[in-house]
Amino acid sequence: MPRITVSVDGVTYEEEVEPRLLLVHLLRDRLGKTGTPIGCDTGNCGACTVTLDGRSAKSCSVLAVQADGSEVVTIEGLARGQEWHPMQEAFHAEHALQCGYCTPGMIMAAIDLLKDDPDPSEEAVRRGLEGNLCRCTGYSNIVRAVQRGAREMARQEAPRETRPETRQEAPAS
Amino acid sequence: MISAPFDYIRPASLEEACRALGDAEEAGDDVKVLAGGQSLLPLLRLRLAYPSALVDIGRLPEPRGVEDRGDHVFVGALTTHDEVMRSSVVRELIPLVALATATVADPAVRHRGTFGGSLAHADPAGDLPAVALALDCVFVVRSVDGEREIPASEFFVDYLEPALEPGEILVGVRVPKLGPGWGFHYEKFHRTAQSWATVGVAAAVRLGEGGGGTVEEARIALTNMGPTPVRAHAVEAALRGADFAPSGSNGAPDRIREACDRADEGSVPPTDLHGGPEYRRHLARVLTYRAVRAAGG
Repeated sequence: MPRITVSVDGVTYEEEVEPRLLLVHLLRDRLGKTGTPIGCDTGNCGACTVTLDGRSAKSCSVLAVQADGSEVVTIEGLARGQEWHPMQEAFHAEHALQCGYCTPGMIMAAIDLLKDDPDPSEEAVRRGLEGNLCRCTGYSNIVRAVQRGAREMARQEAPRETRPETRQEAPAS
Repeated sequence: MISAPFDYIRPASLEEACRALGDAEEAGDDVKVLAGGQSLLPLLRLRLAYPSALVDIGRLPEPRGVEDRGDHVFVGALTTHDEVMRSSVVRELIPLVALATATVADPAVRHRGTFGGSLAHADPAGDLPAVALALDCVFVVRSVDGEREIPASEFFVDYLEPALEPGEILVGVRVPKLGPGWGFHYEKFHRTAQSWATVGVAAAVRLGEGGGGTVEEARIALTNMGPTPVRAHAVEAALRGADFAPSGSNGAPDRIREACDRADEGSVPPTDLHGGPEYRRHLARVLTYRAVRAAGG
């Protein structure tokens, strides 16, 4: 079985994985990162969105072996100690969730969107989150939360994540 | 769901990838090339495909990137959709590619999905095959025996079936620059934000000089109107000489609309949850009109 090294929320793991193991299953079943849910079987819903080498990815549509040598950030890696990430705070403050199932993916996608557009319009938020479905249709509050989170992140002027300049090259198996 | 088991091969170079692919296919294995995996992995998870091995080229340093090569732009197969959209060369010199790529799936998928992967997957519901067909792109494929070129008109053989021989990998696509005077549009109809096109239309239109608004040349291709992308030759021919003057002016018939009403000629539209052939034929006519108006306007 291939052996992979992957950094998740700042901790490096070495795992032997079956090639067909999905990244989301590695996160949930092997590493206990159950903050990342699985919402669909088709890559549509975005609930399992994580950051992979600095950009958003649907962890149900990535093999664990594809993440070898990569850095993954999940919803569980956003808070600093007891202090929530501003986007988490904003989702709480704006009541941007009903059942909460889509929330981790929404927050990860929102933070990714701000890397390109730190002050997004309502339209830009709606477009930026087009890959994330809320089955409760709570989009209005979600859009407000993303804009609030963006303002707070700009105010703090302390980005939580920086985008790697280059992707790490993984050794051949 | 979890995919059926497969062997995983991660070559260190494109040459090694060609060799691994050729060897495995010669041994009778059903091998698929994995790049971004955004089309392939959902297929595997739904168990719609059972390859015995994947050859992962997704981390190879080449062929990726966009290069201005004079009369055409070369887009490396491993260039992600996100990279294509951000490329100023693409936006300025081959804008139809940028317009269509911006409609592919959603941001997270565009971060990983690749230009070449979308084309080699040969899904007629994908947005890029119709664009490649409309622009008369040239596909560059490589095997251990060397490189060869396949014109877009011959690349899409059947549903999910590109004209790749065993052991061949798509390395990139030559996208011709159409030069000044051309306008472009990609019109896509879909039911939810990130879903596949129910029908899509790639249009490139060149109007005559002097601001007369007369169509000199048009290139039209359709997404999801058959097992392969469809070139709307009848529309292209009927558009030649048609006038962009406001419809109905002087009581003259709208020749643009008449031309676009031929959009479904030669198509074999599929049936799925989103509609049957008649509905798709209707969509093709309406969307072609919108696309041509937007491209020529």
